[in-house]
Amino acid sequence: MLSSHPRLRATLWRVAQSIPVVIGVVVISFLLTRALPGDPAVYFAGVAADAASIEETRVAMGLDKPLPQQFVLYVGDLMRGDLGMSLSSGRSVVDDLANRLPASLELTLTALVLAVVIAVPLGVLAATRPGTWVDHLCRVVVTAGVSLPTFFTGILLIYIFYYLMGIAPSPLGRLDFIYLSPDHVTGFYLIDAALMGDWETWRGAAKQLILPASTLALFTLAPIARMTRAAMLTALSSDFIRTARAAGLSSRTVLYRYAFRNALLPVVTTLGMVFSFALGANVLVEKVFAWPGIGSYAVEALVVSDYAAVQGFVLAMALLFVALNLVIDLLYTAIDPRIGFDAK
Amino acid sequence: MLTVKDLSVMFQTRRGPVDAVRGISFEVSKGEILGIVGESGSGKSVTSYALMRILEAGGVIKAGEAEYSGIDLRRAAERDMRDIRGREISMIFQNPRAALNPIRKVGHQIEDVLRQHARATRYDARAKAIAALEAVKIKDAEARYDAYPFELSGGMCQRIVCAIALACDPRLLIADEPTTGLDITTQKAVMDLVRDLIRERGMSSILITHDLGLAAQYCDRILVMKDGLIVEQGDPVQIFSDPQHPYSRKLVDATPRAGTGVRSLLPASERKPEPQIAVSDTPLVEVRNLVKTYAGKSGPVHAVKDISFTVFKGQCVGLVGESGCGKSTTSEILVRLMDATAGQVLFDGADIAAIPARGFARDPRRAQIQMVFQDATDSLNPRHSARQTIAEPLRRLGGMRGAKLDARIEELATLVGLPLALLSRFPHQLSGGQKARVGIARAVALEPKFLILDEPTAALDVSIQAVVLNLLVDLRAKLGLSYLFVSHDLHVVRLLCDHVIVMKDGQIVEQGATHDVMTHPQNLYTKTLLAAAPKPPERRQIRDFPHSEDTDAQHDPIHDERAS
Repeated sequence: MLSSHPRLRATLWRVAQSIPVVIGVVVISFLLTRALPGDPAVYFAGVAADAASIEETRVAMGLDKPLPQQFVLYVGDLMRGDLGMSLSSGRSVVDDLANRLPASLELTLTALVLAVVIAVPLGVLAATRPGTWVDHLCRVVVTAGVSLPTFFTGILLIYIFYYLMGIAPSPLGRLDFIYLSPDHVTGFYLIDAALMGDWETWRGAAKQLILPASTLALFTLAPIARMTRAAMLTALSSDFIRTARAAGLSSRTVLYRYAFRNALLPVVTTLGMVFSFALGANVLVEKVFAWPGIGSYAVEALVVSDYAAVQGFVLAMALLFVALNLVIDLLYTAIDPRIGFDAK
Repeated sequence: MLTVKDLSVMFQTRRGPVDAVRGISFEVSKGEILGIVGESGSGKSVTSYALMRILEAGGVIKAGEAEYSGIDLRRAAERDMRDIRGREISMIFQNPRAALNPIRKVGHQIEDVLRQHARATRYDARAKAIAALEAVKIKDAEARYDAYPFELSGGMCQRIVCAIALACDPRLLIADEPTTGLDITTQKAVMDLVRDLIRERGMSSILITHDLGLAAQYCDRILVMKDGLIVEQGDPVQIFSDPQHPYSRKLVDATPRAGTGVRSLLPASERKPEPQIAVSDTPLVEVRNLVKTYAGKSGPVHAVKDISFTVFKGQCVGLVGESGCGKSTTSEILVRLMDATAGQVLFDGADIAAIPARGFARDPRRAQIQMVFQDATDSLNPRHSARQTIAEPLRRLGGMRGAKLDARIEELATLVGLPLALLSRFPHQLSGGQKARVGIARAVALEPKFLILDEPTAALDVSIQAVVLNLLVDLRAKLGLSYLFVSHDLHVVRLLCDHVIVMKDGQIVEQGATHDVMTHPQNLYTKTLLAAAPKPPERRQIRDFPHSEDTDAQHDPIHDERAS
């Protein structure tokens, strides 16, 4: 078709644009450890090292070579998937990340799905019925969401559902010790358990997930609901809504096919922003629920100056954000036909 | 067919109820085109929304009856109204591009209506939508089916809006300012199309417009509305030749048309003699071989292709053309906000095109070339009061401070007829005409020699346009200004300008003395433009007030009391 060609080109162009960003990320994560105060060799050699073993480590890590050469070595390591060893866990950083990143992603994504499922209909309802109880409810939820810190909500939920009512499992990690963790396929317990057909474990994992995910959802729900409401109000007052109504279209069509699809763009933008700050903000949630996620991993690594782990974390997160932004931008082109042409 | 009796519409606002329509009665019979004419705030659009029951939140029909073919439009259930909208009564709107869903293919938007009213099934919807596009004379309808509104021109979008409105063969079409914002030739094409379709299908129509000339040309009968009331109704020729109500008289007067002077736009009691302006034969601005080329997405865009013209001291030159003809680019280069690709702009003999636009603000000639912008609202800083707005150039370029500044601001306000009490107001507290005055005061603050007027009255109601145009004539005489008047309205150019330049596709197709070009156009495009302009019926000779032209109001030629 005629119109698909420039859009395809814009899409490819957008994908190509992320390549320099990835290169930049690699350079920064490389320079980070070199720029931080102190001698990495001293840290990597360990606490009990003497001068000779530090020197040995330095040579082994290639830190005695000039910077450009070190960079080439670093990129070579990256290509092979080698991010170095973590001092605190004693395992390779790649393994640590492979275990912990899915845990964080599972938590964040579940929270976001929960938030979207509640916030978007709430925002739409509030916009179509301004001044009614739905609108007020929306306002209350939004205010509560932004004003309650996640660690407080988390502790409150634990207090109510675990301590008082006893219906939630103990907030200790991703799975109660009575279950065996499912085989590692995606690292998402819910998906892995479902793939194995082990519904017992699936329920166990879901039970563990529900409180931290609700905590994070309440936090992320606020901006999404607010943006949905505002975008819907703008869309509903547009001229084309009047045209659609004057043409006798049913209120369902007007609301969803005309107004909502136009309101989707700012909502998707907000979703992207919320996702990135949720990934950062869930450190607190992970701490409260003893969730073995990437946030708590990074904090622990920073505290003990575990540079390889920090470096791996920075790289992983940066790549994740680049990918996320790419997905959001591609979503834009899917939603709004006008965007493909502005991309150049 | 449609009978409206004592219809009243009220809006619930934060400041209490506002009556938008206050008891109007009219009828539309089968096959008739009824025009509803009025200025902004007269309640003409609200009337049509009330009939369709698509009033915005807070608006209610307070009283009265509206009956369409035996159906009570006021009390019909929402479900029934939905069937009536689009199938029995449909509407087309102003600003067609905004009236279409920006992210849905136009073909699908037509299908939505067809499917809603069970005029098409999933299988034949596409074919019927294409047929609807062909009915509004869209060429290559198959390909246009897949287009999005942003890919189409304004005139094309209005055709799509028509296609949506007419897809289900309604019997009454309400057109709400259907051509406002469209080019003059597009306006004619769209209006002719709408009229032909209405006649062909034996439909009735209500044409809502602020343009009395347009209404007179296309309607069988006209209602004049003011402040929610019908002040006069009748045959268009009769309303034009012998308006009974003072308001319709004022409206007829203010409508620019052939054979009138700028003073006769004003109500008879406010006319003053037109000042005599001597045009010198010393050139003030000479444009030589001006070229502007942009780098576009698909190759260079030639906005201005080698144009040359001269503005003499004291002269008013009209620059006419349709959107995309390069008139805005030309005026921006002249006012030194944009750099030319090639060519010279001689101002008082020195080439100012050679000075980069970026650095021109520091040039001593900055104060001598000023501009009045098209949209009086958008061109004022919403957080500056009128006083601050006028003070800005005086402070920045004139270096005035303190009492001297205040005195000059008040002098300027008096000059443009802005009551001094309004100086402390912000733009949103001023009317359209008052905002236009503030914009003009700001432009003339530094006593420029050359003023570029970019459609200064395009967004104003005709009666306010009349006042502003007269103000511009007076200012030109009093301050010895030279104007470049950029406009798409040929009638206005005829009233104001000595010399006219017609542009098309970046080139000057014709220029000459206004009278010659307007009466004996040589170029085919100029002829098309002139033919497309609405031609209101001639006004019968004014016999009621024969003395009015010359006798009264000699005291102050510029300050008329009306604060519009």
